[in-house]
Amino acid sequence: MKKHPVSAVVLAAMIGGATVSQAANRDTISIVGSSTVYPFATVVAERFGRSTQFKTPKIESTGSGGGLKLFCKGVGANTPDITNSSRRIKASEYNDCQANGVTEIVEVLIGYDGIALANAASAPRLAISLKDLYLALAKDIPGPDGKLIPNPNKTWKDVNPNLPATTIEVLGPPPTSGTRDAFAELAMGGGAKRIAELKALSDLSAEQAQQIKAAMAKLGLPAGLYEAMQEQKGKAPKGEDIFETIAYALREDGAYIEAGENDNLIVQKLDANPNAVGIFGFSFLEENGDKVQGSEVDGVTPTYDTIASGDYPVSRPLYFYIKSAHVGIIPGIQEYAVEFTSARALGEDGYLPDKGLIPLPEDELKEVEAAVKALTPMSM
Amino acid sequence: MNNMSKPRSATPTDAIRASLKKRYARERRFQWYGRLAVLTGFVFLFILLADIVSKGTPAFTQHYIKVSVDLDPATLGLPAEPSREQLYSADYLGAIKAGLRAMFPDVSGRKEKQQLYRLLSMGAEYNLRDKVLDDPRLIGHSSEFWLRAHAEAGSYLKGQIPAGSPEADRKVKDLQIAWLDQLRAEGRTESRFNTTFFTQGDSREPEMAGIRVALYGSFFTLVVTFLIAFPIGVSAAVYLEEFAPRNRLTDLIEININNLAAVPSIVFGLLGLAVFINFFELPRSAPLVGGIVLSLMTLPTIIITSRAAIQAVSPSIRQAALGVGASKLQTVVHHVLPVAMPGILTGSIIGMAQALGESAPLLMIGMVAFIMEVPGGVTDPATVLPVQIFLWADSPERGFTEKTSAAIMVLMGFLILMNAFAIFLRRRFERK
Repeated sequence: MKKHPVSAVVLAAMIGGATVSQAANRDTISIVGSSTVYPFATVVAERFGRSTQFKTPKIESTGSGGGLKLFCKGVGANTPDITNSSRRIKASEYNDCQANGVTEIVEVLIGYDGIALANAASAPRLAISLKDLYLALAKDIPGPDGKLIPNPNKTWKDVNPNLPATTIEVLGPPPTSGTRDAFAELAMGGGAKRIAELKALSDLSAEQAQQIKAAMAKLGLPAGLYEAMQEQKGKAPKGEDIFETIAYALREDGAYIEAGENDNLIVQKLDANPNAVGIFGFSFLEENGDKVQGSEVDGVTPTYDTIASGDYPVSRPLYFYIKSAHVGIIPGIQEYAVEFTSARALGEDGYLPDKGLIPLPEDELKEVEAAVKALTPMSM
Repeated sequence: MNNMSKPRSATPTDAIRASLKKRYARERRFQWYGRLAVLTGFVFLFILLADIVSKGTPAFTQHYIKVSVDLDPATLGLPAEPSREQLYSADYLGAIKAGLRAMFPDVSGRKEKQQLYRLLSMGAEYNLRDKVLDDPRLIGHSSEFWLRAHAEAGSYLKGQIPAGSPEADRKVKDLQIAWLDQLRAEGRTESRFNTTFFTQGDSREPEMAGIRVALYGSFFTLVVTFLIAFPIGVSAAVYLEEFAPRNRLTDLIEININNLAAVPSIVFGLLGLAVFINFFELPRSAPLVGGIVLSLMTLPTIIITSRAAIQAVSPSIRQAALGVGASKLQTVVHHVLPVAMPGILTGSIIGMAQALGESAPLLMIGMVAFIMEVPGGVTDPATVLPVQIFLWADSPERGFTEKTSAAIMVLMGFLILMNAFAIFLRRRFERK
């Protein structure tokens, strides 16, 4: 019983001490953001910590959206200095940043990441087109009369007679993942645009309300959807908005299986089930060449070269964002960014491409490097 | 006709005797079901342990390759009288690469050279730098150094790559295998106990990664958890059990405590994020916040087990103490608590063991992070063992598979120690 007053005092002191020391300053860079950029950012951080006198930055894997939310919360030692993102910052997030006093943000494009479709190495390699992917995985697809019907395709052969007659079984990331967002936009959206009616719908601008409504009626969509979108957005929706709600929705009848954020788990499941197809980041494909093989998409297999050249259709840009207000106050931020964009890291023979990051072309990298050195703020 | 064979008038004894065999058989069957259940449990446990141990054991060894490095000031880019700063940033990698090339003079072409350099870990450069900083007299001489092997080369040397697998399917290429075989034949490779695993923080290179940050983080977190949860939990239990009146209010409190024990742990993480980080502005990723959150999680466990322990103290002890004139407080502090202590401690340790294995609530407060610097206190960024396991399990590099299992082995070791300590305490004090 004697312990209680003592520990209470210790505790109060600890909490008190913590708030004071934390608010005053911080000598470690704090980085948050995308789990896709995490494996690359940590490599840079480690090299940076080992080769310079600065402390090794702390990197949290919060996801792109979560990272930007923390980043935009304000300026001060309690907010992160840098956030990683596997997509570009959205206008709404940028405005949120501005409103909270984070006015100067430096945008740094670091390279590309391919999203690989893969199956077990023991099974035959799959060769599909984006259109096949859309028809196999979308929740609703246009039926014979042009109206949307719940996806009836059971096997790959139903989608395209050239494909094997195995059941459609795709393991992929859950909706919280940036990989899923990118997959929806690039693969599903890309595939849906190969279908004439959907492509026409996506091209309509907000002013062409009558045409949008006509196209929606042709697809058998309820008329209320237009008004609902209008209310949700606060203005007249574009054809693209309606298109996205149709094209980005994945099947919920068991053909698409959400396998969690852990890409290693998907690799293991593919290894055990030769009929299944998985969706994950290119770096996991590269590391597990003995277990899984990348599928051909539109005739292109995901390799380092095809993603770098842009031939492989499902690849996305990776970014990080620097809070300029923290540069010079928290030591090492700019030095870290310079290390990240140096030829040693991002050049063709750098250590990041070694880890599976697809770097920028040389001239673009030069521009990015210059922007980091000058801390050029972005605008939107 | 059948009835003829049975005795016409069966006495109760006969009926019992007739059913006896059946009842024995039923009991034997039931016992077998029980044994089967226990056996199934053991088989699963054994498979799990065998899998983890067989995967994790290689992580405790690390291969080194002996390379002759010429620390010529010219290749290192050093002046005649280098300062410490200059020694720190000298080009050790260039010297190591030159040493490797000298050992395999017929290697030519950029691709081949890159494969050759890949035999060694990225950390070899920094290890060499530290050696030179310790002893600057090495500069200007050519000496043999044991340098850390790359995880991929290590996995070949550990015999993890089956012979005859197609080259395209593995990270270690045929050329590298030939070099490694040659080095091994010359006695230039060596397997040592992997001390790095215990002395270093996280790293993105499997051969450089360690659990020190996670161990310290777990320790600091548990200290904070214990300091908060134990006094509050025991005080609450004593008050509720010994002093509180029985009424609607205390019933409500009791129901709430029992409910809290069943709340999913992630909820406590959300609470921690909202209250301690957003409102009180405590630092993210700090063991302090982790400890507070986990103490909220373990409080119900401690209160419930402590109450049970206090309840189990024989009323005669209380009555005797009160009878000789002790006050209520004296009765509790001098007599009831000491007797209940083993039970209270057991409950607390089990609660702490639960906290040690917890990762979900720490996700929300930023302890899932890449941290290399060993924390010096409760406010420094740190991670904990289960989170380190989670992070490694999610890494693309194959070398982390064994590190993951090794970290699980360490975590399980600590859990077994804590539970054994709880049993020890119970045995030790219960005799009195």
